[in-house]
Amino acid sequence: MSLRNLGLVYRKELRELLRDRRTLISMIVVPVIVMPLLMTGLASTAAKLGGKVRKEIPRVMVLGGEDSPTTMTALRALNSFEWVPPSPDFTNLISDKKINAAVRLPGGFDAAVQAGDAATVTIYDYEGEFKSSLAAQSLEQFFRSRRDRVVAQRLAEHQLPEKLLTPFEIRKTNVASPQKVGGNVIGMILPYIVIIMCLTGAIYPAIDMTAGEKERGTMETLLCSPVARAHLVLGKGLVVLTMSLATACLSLLSNGVALMLLKKTLGAPATGGALPLTIDPSSLLAVLVMMLPLAIFFSGALLAIGLYSRSMKEANSYLQPLMIVVVVPAVVAALPGVELNYPLALVPVLNVSLAGREIMSGLVHWNYIAVVFCSMCFYAALSVAVAVALFKRESVLFRT
Amino acid sequence: MIETRQLTKIFRDKKRGEIRAVDNVSFTCQPGRIFGLLGGNGAGKTTCLRLLATILRPTSGDATVGGYEVVAQPEKVRANIGFLSTGTALYGRLTARELVEYFGRLHGLAEDVLRPRLDALFTALDMNEFRDGRCDKLSTGMKQKVSIARTLIHDPPVMIFDEPTHGLDVLASRAVVAFIRECRARGKTVIFSTHVMSEMEKLCDTIAIIHHGRIMAEGSLARLRDQFACQDLEDIFVRVVEATP
Repeated sequence: MSLRNLGLVYRKELRELLRDRRTLISMIVVPVIVMPLLMTGLASTAAKLGGKVRKEIPRVMVLGGEDSPTTMTALRALNSFEWVPPSPDFTNLISDKKINAAVRLPGGFDAAVQAGDAATVTIYDYEGEFKSSLAAQSLEQFFRSRRDRVVAQRLAEHQLPEKLLTPFEIRKTNVASPQKVGGNVIGMILPYIVIIMCLTGAIYPAIDMTAGEKERGTMETLLCSPVARAHLVLGKGLVVLTMSLATACLSLLSNGVALMLLKKTLGAPATGGALPLTIDPSSLLAVLVMMLPLAIFFSGALLAIGLYSRSMKEANSYLQPLMIVVVVPAVVAALPGVELNYPLALVPVLNVSLAGREIMSGLVHWNYIAVVFCSMCFYAALSVAVAVALFKRESVLFRT
Repeated sequence: MIETRQLTKIFRDKKRGEIRAVDNVSFTCQPGRIFGLLGGNGAGKTTCLRLLATILRPTSGDATVGGYEVVAQPEKVRANIGFLSTGTALYGRLTARELVEYFGRLHGLAEDVLRPRLDALFTALDMNEFRDGRCDKLSTGMKQKVSIARTLIHDPPVMIFDEPTHGLDVLASRAVVAFIRECRARGKTVIFSTHVMSEMEKLCDTIAIIHHGRIMAEGSLARLRDQFACQDLEDIFVRVVEATP
């Protein structure tokens, strides 16, 4: 193995890539600028729109209630609703977003409450529609507090304490450290982001240095050099790996900065509730170490695809299904109930995603992590070996 | 020196079946002489030269280039050749100087050897004006000069040219022809392929007419004229090709 030749190929390929505007777009502009801007932009816009909608007065219709003046007076006294005259077409009006919600009081509601009979108030809303849900929640809250008052009144009439209905309290206390709580939440998304960014950063360099070289006619020029073909492909592979890791690290850094800015400008509720989004640096480092064989695996696999392809266009058509193959296991790992075990530790991508989640949450099963790391090292070596073998095959290099 | 012995290359194609691109080709090219491969499109010229440059591996037969076996010592063969063809393009994002330096280093040249040799080559080829220009911004003629500098930077004893004037204008073609002559004058072994008859007549000491991957006739221009009783190389070529079943 000639390190000099590897270094020569590495430096030349890196220099060429960094002079290409498309590399800078895929490696820096998209992950470092566009993605965080999108993330912060979407979150702050959602927060602003949510706040605006909360301030808007919902249009609500009361159906029935003519014989229940007490409840009707209490309802009408609420200035948080705009009251709309009743209409038999209320379901369509809600579906068409003309009104936000409706409430139906059964006949003789006040009398039934007074007599202690059971009565049902029905609230109509458009499930999943933000404004309608807010209106329905407010109506429900009004009736709940009214019911609580009636209960308290009845207990008082019978000279019974209010505590009769709450024999004991239930309190939930978090015992995990802020790092663990934050790690558990971030562990769901962080490995996914790193995996996708590793892949995104590797795609363009890999196909540019293989299918792109074929297309531009420089492959034959390179093959004329006395350097062993294995050295040529390994030099290229190292560049792809560098770009892959650099994209992932830059993306992590920029997303971290964006998250901090978001926390500062919008406050904790906008960034995931009151959870402390703190990351343990050693866990983050461990996740990045786990990503190393995965990035090598991606680099080898993408180089092999690029080498097999006759043109960059053909390579791109192979890469689209590959994206799905990578994204699906990365997403599956974030699903609740999917835990790392020996069979899953052997599934590439999914294993690293699950291991990353474990590491971030602080609950590490070293036996599984070791299997994940070793299996990924095997896959990485395999993909690099395939790329080297393809680079030695003239039927692949001169495929027509 | 180049020596080929029953050199054969067979490609297997799903639709067309077995294609004998180079079929039992044997010839010898001596140092200080230019050997020309004359053939039409698809005759097997490029495949033959790619076999000599070890870019392709022969199916059978063997060849020795600069004293090294193409099958057993491909890396040593490549260290001793300069290969220029229509397929050997330049890295567009590198400058002319960076590109030639890169190939010099790939050939193992030390920096103290590389620098003066690069300066001398750039001066000899009149390239100093665009030495720091990116290759993708250069004219076709300039690019061809960069390619020539690339093939010469390690001062190889064997030069392989596959249609080196293809796509060039008259002036650029003349410069390439002059450069090939200079290689011969410097005692290099030169093999040259083209389908341009005038270039063959002007340059080659030995001409081999290749058709369907086989060498159908070989000799100096004078000998071929005698053999076919014809003065015009184009007529000789047509006779050879038409006589092939």
